[in-house]
Amino acid sequence: MSREVQVTFEVNGEPVSRRVEARQHLIDFLRLELGLTGSHTGCEHGVCGACTVRVDGRIVRGCLVLAASLEGTKVETIEGLSDANEIRDLQDAFIARNACQCGYCTPGMLLTAAALLDSKPQPTRAEIREYLAGNYCRCTGYHAIVDAVEATAAARARRHKQD
Amino acid sequence: MNEIIDPGSVDRPNSYIGKSVPRPNAAKLVEGRGQYVDDVLLPRLLHVAFVRSPHAHAKIGNLDASAASRLPGVRRLFTGSELAQHCEPWVAVLAHLKGMKSAPQLPLPLERATWVGEAVAAVVADSRAVAEDAAAKVAVAYEPLPAAVDMETALDPASVVIHPLLGDNLCFERLNETGKVEEAFAAAHRVVEATFHSGRHTGATLEPRSILADYNRASGKLTVYHSTQAPHMMQGVFAKHLRLAEGDVRVICTDVGGSYGIKVHVYPDEVAVAVIAKIMGRPIKFIADRLESFLSDIHARDHRIKGRMAVDAQGHITAIDIDDLTGIGPYSVYPRTSAVEGNQVVNLVGGPYAFANFRAKTTVVFQNKTPTCQYRAVGHPIATAVTEGLVDLAAGALDLDPVEFRRRNLMKDGSYPRTSPAGMKFEGLSHEQSLDTLVAMMDYPALRAEQSRLRAQGVHRGIGFASFIELTNPSPFMYGVGGARISAQDGCTVRVDPDGSVLAATGVTEQGQGTEAIIRQIVAEAVGVPIDWVRVLTGDTLTTPYGGGTWACRGAGIGGEAALQAGLAVKQAVLRVAAAMLQGKPDALDMSDGQIVDAVSRQPRMPLAELARIVYFRGDTLPPDLPRELMQTRHFITKQYPFAFTNGVQASWLEVDIETGMIRLIKHWCVEDCGRIINPLLVDEQVRGGIVQGLGGALYEHCLYSETGQLLNASMADYLVPMAAEMPDIEVGHVETPTKESLLGAKGAGEAGTAGAPAAVMNAINDALKPFGAKVFAQPFTPERILAALGKAKPR
Amino acid sequence: MKAAPFEYLRATTLAEVFQLWREAGPEARLLAGGQSLMPALAFRLSEPNVLIDISRVADLTGISVENGALRIGALTTHAELGAHALVREHAPLLGEAAALIAHPAIRNRGTLGGSLAYADPAAELPACCLALGATIVARSATAERRIAADAFFVGLYATALEANELIAAVEFPRRRAGERSTILELARRSGDYAMAGIVARATVAGQALADPRLVLFGVGEVPVLARAAMAALAGRPADAANIAAAQAALAQELEPPGDLNGGADMKRHLAQVLLARAIQRLIGVEEARAQ
Repeated sequence: MSREVQVTFEVNGEPVSRRVEARQHLIDFLRLELGLTGSHTGCEHGVCGACTVRVDGRIVRGCLVLAASLEGTKVETIEGLSDANEIRDLQDAFIARNACQCGYCTPGMLLTAAALLDSKPQPTRAEIREYLAGNYCRCTGYHAIVDAVEATAAARARRHKQD
Repeated sequence: MNEIIDPGSVDRPNSYIGKSVPRPNAAKLVEGRGQYVDDVLLPRLLHVAFVRSPHAHAKIGNLDASAASRLPGVRRLFTGSELAQHCEPWVAVLAHLKGMKSAPQLPLPLERATWVGEAVAAVVADSRAVAEDAAAKVAVAYEPLPAAVDMETALDPASVVIHPLLGDNLCFERLNETGKVEEAFAAAHRVVEATFHSGRHTGATLEPRSILADYNRASGKLTVYHSTQAPHMMQGVFAKHLRLAEGDVRVICTDVGGSYGIKVHVYPDEVAVAVIAKIMGRPIKFIADRLESFLSDIHARDHRIKGRMAVDAQGHITAIDIDDLTGIGPYSVYPRTSAVEGNQVVNLVGGPYAFANFRAKTTVVFQNKTPTCQYRAVGHPIATAVTEGLVDLAAGALDLDPVEFRRRNLMKDGSYPRTSPAGMKFEGLSHEQSLDTLVAMMDYPALRAEQSRLRAQGVHRGIGFASFIELTNPSPFMYGVGGARISAQDGCTVRVDPDGSVLAATGVTEQGQGTEAIIRQIVAEAVGVPIDWVRVLTGDTLTTPYGGGTWACRGAGIGGEAALQAGLAVKQAVLRVAAAMLQGKPDALDMSDGQIVDAVSRQPRMPLAELARIVYFRGDTLPPDLPRELMQTRHFITKQYPFAFTNGVQASWLEVDIETGMIRLIKHWCVEDCGRIINPLLVDEQVRGGIVQGLGGALYEHCLYSETGQLLNASMADYLVPMAAEMPDIEVGHVETPTKESLLGAKGAGEAGTAGAPAAVMNAINDALKPFGAKVFAQPFTPERILAALGKAKPR
Repeated sequence: MKAAPFEYLRATTLAEVFQLWREAGPEARLLAGGQSLMPALAFRLSEPNVLIDISRVADLTGISVENGALRIGALTTHAELGAHALVREHAPLLGEAAALIAHPAIRNRGTLGGSLAYADPAAELPACCLALGATIVARSATAERRIAADAFFVGLYATALEANELIAAVEFPRRRAGERSTILELARRSGDYAMAGIVARATVAGQALADPRLVLFGVGEVPVLARAAMAALAGRPADAANIAAAQAALAQELEPPGDLNGGADMKRHLAQVLLARAIQRLIGVEEARAQ
C-alpha cells in the first residue's frame, strides 16, 4: 500500500490526472500542483472559510477535502468562475462597494455568496449575514460585503424582470 | 495653507481627492489573481517548520534530531547556537521610555524557552508537510522551570524572575502626573471608581505571517518577500542583524492578507528564516500555520486598570487617576517595544476632556506568555474604555444624561491649539460638532423612547457612547527619538513616461486599506492627468523612496503629502518645459486631463504625451539649459506636532438577554474627524472594519491561559473572532478638520473604529443593565460575566 | 498544519469496506464527510495509518420510510437532511437541527453517521436521536446490530460501536399524532458548538404535555435525557409553577463540566432557561420579542 494515489478529476473544466500524496488536501493540491493560487488557506481546520471552493456544484471547505477522494468529480475555483464570467456582477459589486480590502477572504467569500444567490435569489440582509457566517473577514467588518451581495441580488432581480 | 486643493471645485477634471474612487488593485483580488507571499515560488525553494516549546518556561537540553533527519526530503536542522553565529542579537528598548529594560534575543534561544510556542529549532525540508513530519520527530530534553503567568504577582519577591540578569520582571513603569490630584479628590462633590480589565487578544490576520528569504551567494544579495507593513524597516533589520549592507538587502511586499499591526514587528522565527537563507544560499519559505499564529503572533491588550474620577457639583470632571498594570511576554518586541501600549494608555486617558488634575501610572511586567506589542489602535481602546466608563459612572452618579455630561466636559471646538492634561498636543479637534452630528444621526431621543417602551415589556436594550481621540501621522517623537530605526518621514517619486503614463513609487504600503488607491488619486490630481493614467508602485525597498511603511495611520497624512508634493513638482517641471515649447510663461499654463492647457481659458495647448516625447526623444529641440526633470521625488515629515490627533465619537445600540447573558448588537454609529478625506468610501470601510475588530475584543476575543502558561484556545473554533451574523450595520459620518501641517490636510483614520468600539459597547451593556444595578468592566463581556453581574450564575 | 502521512483506500461496497478495514488493522480510520476527522488530522490529534473512504458506498445512502419508520442512510449529509421531503414530513426536527450545524459548506459534506459516531457532546444530531428514540443500525463484516439511541452515547466522544462496526443507517420511529418537537440552542456565534442546547418533544394537548422527552446537549459528556425534569412535567399543565419545578429538577440532575464558555453554574442556568423556552415553544407561546 502506497501513501500516494492516482486520481483523475476536472478542475475548472479541464481534466487533471495526478499522483497525489494521500494526505494532501484539495487546496494544497490546487495551489502546489496546478498553480491555482486564488484559493487560500487561513486555518486548515475548516473554520475560517477562506478555502471555500466548489465540488460537483456545491461549496465545500477545500482544506477538509482530500484531493485523493475527488476521483471523477468537478472542482471549480475562483479562477474558473472568473474566466467563465459566472459572477462578474458580484465581483463588480465587491469592487464598487469596497467589499474587498486585503482580498484574502474574498475568493471564499465570493464562492459562498454565489451559492447563496443560487439557492435564494432575494435574501434579506439577515439571511445574507447568516449564510456568510462561516466566512471570516478581518478587514471589512462585513457591512460592505452584505451591501454588495444585496445590491447584486437586486440588480439580478431587475434584469430578470426586464427579460 | 490648503489653497492648492480646493474642495469646492469637485467637478473640475482630475479632482479625485475627496471622491470615492474604487481601488485599482481590487480587480485582481476579486478574481483570485493577487500574489501573496505563499504564491511566490522560486527555484530550489525549501520550507521551514519550527520545533516549538510546549513549556511556558524550560531549560532546553539535548536536542535529538536523528529520527527527524532520516526522513526523506529533510535537508537541515538548525538550533539557536548555529544561528547565533550568523546573527546579531537585539534588545527591544527605547531610550525615551526611561528605565525600560529587556533581555537580548536571538532568532532561536540558546538556553531557555520562555513561552509556549517559542521556536527552539528549525527544520528545513523539501515541503512544509515533510518539515512538519520532521519537526514532530525532534526530541528535545526540556527541564521545565516555574513560570511567571500572573501579572498581579509578577513583581512579588516570591515570583519567578524570568531574566535574572534584569533583576526583576519589570519592563517599564511611568507616572504621568499634572495638577493637584489628591486635593481634587478630597474636594470632590462625587468620586466614582472602577477596576477595568482588557482581555489579552490577538490579530488573527487571515493570511498568516509569511516570509520567503533568498540569499544569492554570488551577488551577496538577500531578497526577502515579506508580508510586512514596513519593508524599509525590515531591510534595515535584516542588514543590521545579518551583517549585510542595506544596499544588499531587498524587501518586497506582495499582496498582504491583512496585518493591523501584527505584521509590523520583528519576529525571531522570521529572522531565523533570513539567517537560514544566508547560510544555505537558497530560497527558504516559512508560512505560519494557524496554530503557530495563535502561539507566536504578537498578542496585545492584557491590562488591569484601577480608575477613579472626581467631579464637581456642576458635573465637571476635576480629576482623573488611573493605575494601569499590563502583562507582556518574556521579551519586549523589537523594535517598537512592548512598553508603548502601556505608555499610550497613560498618554490617552481623559483625552477628549477639559480638566486640570491628572495622574496615570503604568507598570509593564514580563510574563512567560506570548510576547505582546502594537496591535491596531494600540492602547486607545483601553484608555477610551477606562475614560468613557468613568464618564458614564460619573454621569450616573449625578443623574445626568451621558450625552449631557459629555457636553459639559468635552474640550470645546475652537479652543485649539491646546495640550491635554496628559501632555498631548492638539492642533484642532471637533468633539462637540462630532457629538452633535452623532446624536442627530442616531436619533438619540427616539432610541431612549424605544428603550423605555421595551423595558416595560421586559426587553432590555442599552445605548452607550464613547468619545475618543486617536493619534495619527507620528513624528520621530514616537520611536525615532528613542533610537529606533523607524522612519517617520516618507517619500514619493512621480515619473512621466513617454506616452503620458504616470508612475508613482511610494514608501507607504498596502495591506488592503487602499494606500495604492489614494496615492493614485492624489498624484493624478496633482499632476493633472486622468486617474487611470497613474500606476502606483509600493512595497519594494529597491524601487521606492526610503519610507516608513504603513502604521499608526500615517499613509494618507504623510505618504499622501509626499505624493502630493511630488506630483505638484512634476506638474511644475512639465509646465516649465511647456512654457519653453509654447514660448510663454509657466504660470500662464496649467495641466488638465493629460493636456497642457491655458490657465485662464482652459484651452488645450498640447498633450502631455507630446511634451514627454520631445523631452525623452527630441531633447535637441529644446533650449540646451532648460531643466526637464519629468521625474520628481519629495519627502515629507510632520513639523510641529508629535502626532496629528484626530477625534471621534461612537454609539452602540444593543439588547441584553438577561436570562442568558447573550448580547445582540442592533446598530453602531461612528462620527470620525480625520481631517481632509481623500476617499470617503475607503475611510468609511476602515472605520467599519476597525469597529468590528474592537467589537471582537469587547465581546469575543480572549487568549485564555492555564495556570501553567498553556494557551487553551489556540484554534479558530475556540478563539472567537467576530463573524457576519453577529455584527451590526454601522453608520459612519464625518466632520473634517484638516491639519495645517501639510498641503493635503489629511490625518489618519485606520484605527479610530477600534479605539472607540469597546467603550461604546461596555457603556451600552451597563446602560441596559441599569434597572438591575449590574455593571461589567472586564472585557470580553461574555455571557458568563454578564450572568455573574446579574447574580444569575456564579463564574468559575 | 499538515496531516501526518497515511495511506488512502476507497471502498465502493460495504463488503469492500470491511475487507479493507480488516487488512488495514485497528489504526485505520473511516472517512465519510471528513468534517470532524480532517481537523483532527490537521492538528495531529489523530495519526491513522490508513484512511478508508466510505463516502461512495451506496448501501450507506438513501432516505426511505418503512412501516412509518424513517430510515436515513449514514452518509446523508446535513444539507440533504435539511432539504429532504421525507424528513420534513416524518422528522422535521432533524431538518431544524441540521440548519443549526456549522455553515453551508460544512453541511454539504458532514454526515449524520459521522456526527453520531463522533459523538460531540455539544452536537445537535446525537441529542435529536436520543430525543426521538432513534435506533442506530450498526454493521460489522458479519452482522447487523440495532442499538437504541439511549444506549449508544456512552462517554465523551465515545459510542457503543465496536472496533469493527460502522453506522449504516439511523431509524426514527413513526411520529405520534399531535406530537410536536423543537430544538433550541445557545451558541456564542451562529454555527458554533452550543454552550447549551435542548431538544424537546411531546404530545401537546392544550397546555399540557403528554410524554415529554427532553434532551440537553452541551452540558454533559453525553446528551442528557432529563428524566427528573420530564417527570415534573408529564401529564401536568405547562404553567409557571410546573416549569419552575422542572427547572429545579433539571438543576439537580445535571452535572455539567465547565468549558471555555463558562462553568458548571452557568451551564446549569442556561439549561434551565432553555427548558422554559422550549416548553413555551411546544405549547405555542412564543417568547415576547420586540421588533
